[in-house]
Amino acid sequence: MSTSTDERADEARREPQVEQQLEERFEAVIARHERIEPRDWMPEGYRRTLVRQVAQHAHSEIIGMQPEGNWLTRAPSLRRKAVLLAKVQDEAGHGLYLYSACETLGVSRAELTDMLIEGRQKYSSIFNYPTLSYADVGTIGWLVDGAAICNQVPLCRTSYGPYGRAMIRICKEESFHQRQGYELLMTMMAGTDEQRAMVQESVDRFWWPALMMFGPPDDASPNTARSLAWGIKRNTNDELRQKFVDMTVPQAERLGVTLPDPELRWNEERGAHDFGQPDWDELTRVISGAGPCNAERIAHRRRAHEEGTWVRDAASAYAARRADDARHQKETAR
Amino acid sequence: MTSTPSTPSGPAGGGPRAEWPLYEVFVRGKRGLNHVHVGSLHAADDTMALHHARDVYTRRNEGVSIWVVRADAITASSPDEKDPLFAPSGDKVYRHPTFYDVPADVPHM
Repeated sequence: MSTSTDERADEARREPQVEQQLEERFEAVIARHERIEPRDWMPEGYRRTLVRQVAQHAHSEIIGMQPEGNWLTRAPSLRRKAVLLAKVQDEAGHGLYLYSACETLGVSRAELTDMLIEGRQKYSSIFNYPTLSYADVGTIGWLVDGAAICNQVPLCRTSYGPYGRAMIRICKEESFHQRQGYELLMTMMAGTDEQRAMVQESVDRFWWPALMMFGPPDDASPNTARSLAWGIKRNTNDELRQKFVDMTVPQAERLGVTLPDPELRWNEERGAHDFGQPDWDELTRVISGAGPCNAERIAHRRRAHEEGTWVRDAASAYAARRADDARHQKETAR
Repeated sequence: MTSTPSTPSGPAGGGPRAEWPLYEVFVRGKRGLNHVHVGSLHAADDTMALHHARDVYTRRNEGVSIWVVRADAITASSPDEKDPLFAPSGDKVYRHPTFYDVPADVPHM
């Protein structure tokens, strides 16, 4: 599919008139809020932006298995362990939906894996923070998956068809993730003082990194305008961050935890909460590789990939052997 | 449709390792419905594709039946043929029930 897109793009470069026509057709589809599909002509910048965003999203799901996976063997009950296993398995599934969507843009799965483990493509900064206590499993479900839902629900209407369809599947499953996290924290808050302190400490650590998940402020996000015009993004970073804060404040009250922001208060005039700014220098540091767990996350992913080589080889050999056997049987039957 | 070139990495004994072929996955949500395309995946062969499709696309009772088909076995119409291929049906308004005037007092029609 991707080949024909590339070929058409090449042709278009030879013929400026044709390119203009194709671009007009593309813009008309976007203007009608219809979807662009894999075999449609698309501007190279649109394709590149999508590859970057969808790949980063896929990598985030895959790397996102690690912080919570850390607690799989230490979950406090069989029920909690089954829930956590199901959640981590979902993250793997989400990564696979998104890798498939990304491949329709003409990148191969192998290239995507290589770009992740060689650090040439990024993933969400949030997964570079450690999970120090079991309460973090709950906090990640509540705040991190909550922020992800805020980001992802509008992406169900993104202009690229395969990306939007992947987001719809993911959003359906994501609400289980958030609810199991909130329920876990509710249970702990109904426990001992020590357990309540664990929850508060966890929320203190994750609140600001969760706000950073929406990316830099709008005035420092140069690609936003272009992505909005192409219908790849549907809201700006700051709009989504505001929405997340407004959604989360009453949930925090009900839970009985304090969000660690002295500037957080309801603004009657705006009909929204005012809140403090995260440490944007920290976001820059974490994105550029200097977060607490960047090296560990990539090393783990690389190791899993390399140690899985013999499994992939064995499966390939088995498939080749079965294909040979089948051919042989057919020939002898003749 | 592309079959992607191999990545010559790792200590494989049997020459360069090709990426597993791409399969498209179709799921029947419940009895009485069509199989619907839900996404794609890579697998070494048909059997593995079916197993992977079950794990990736039906973790929550999404289906009662799965089809997998190699993506390179699908023949598709090209988006450029849109006009010549689909336009002829546009002017055949007589294929639609609203083309026919029937008095409003005729029952059950």
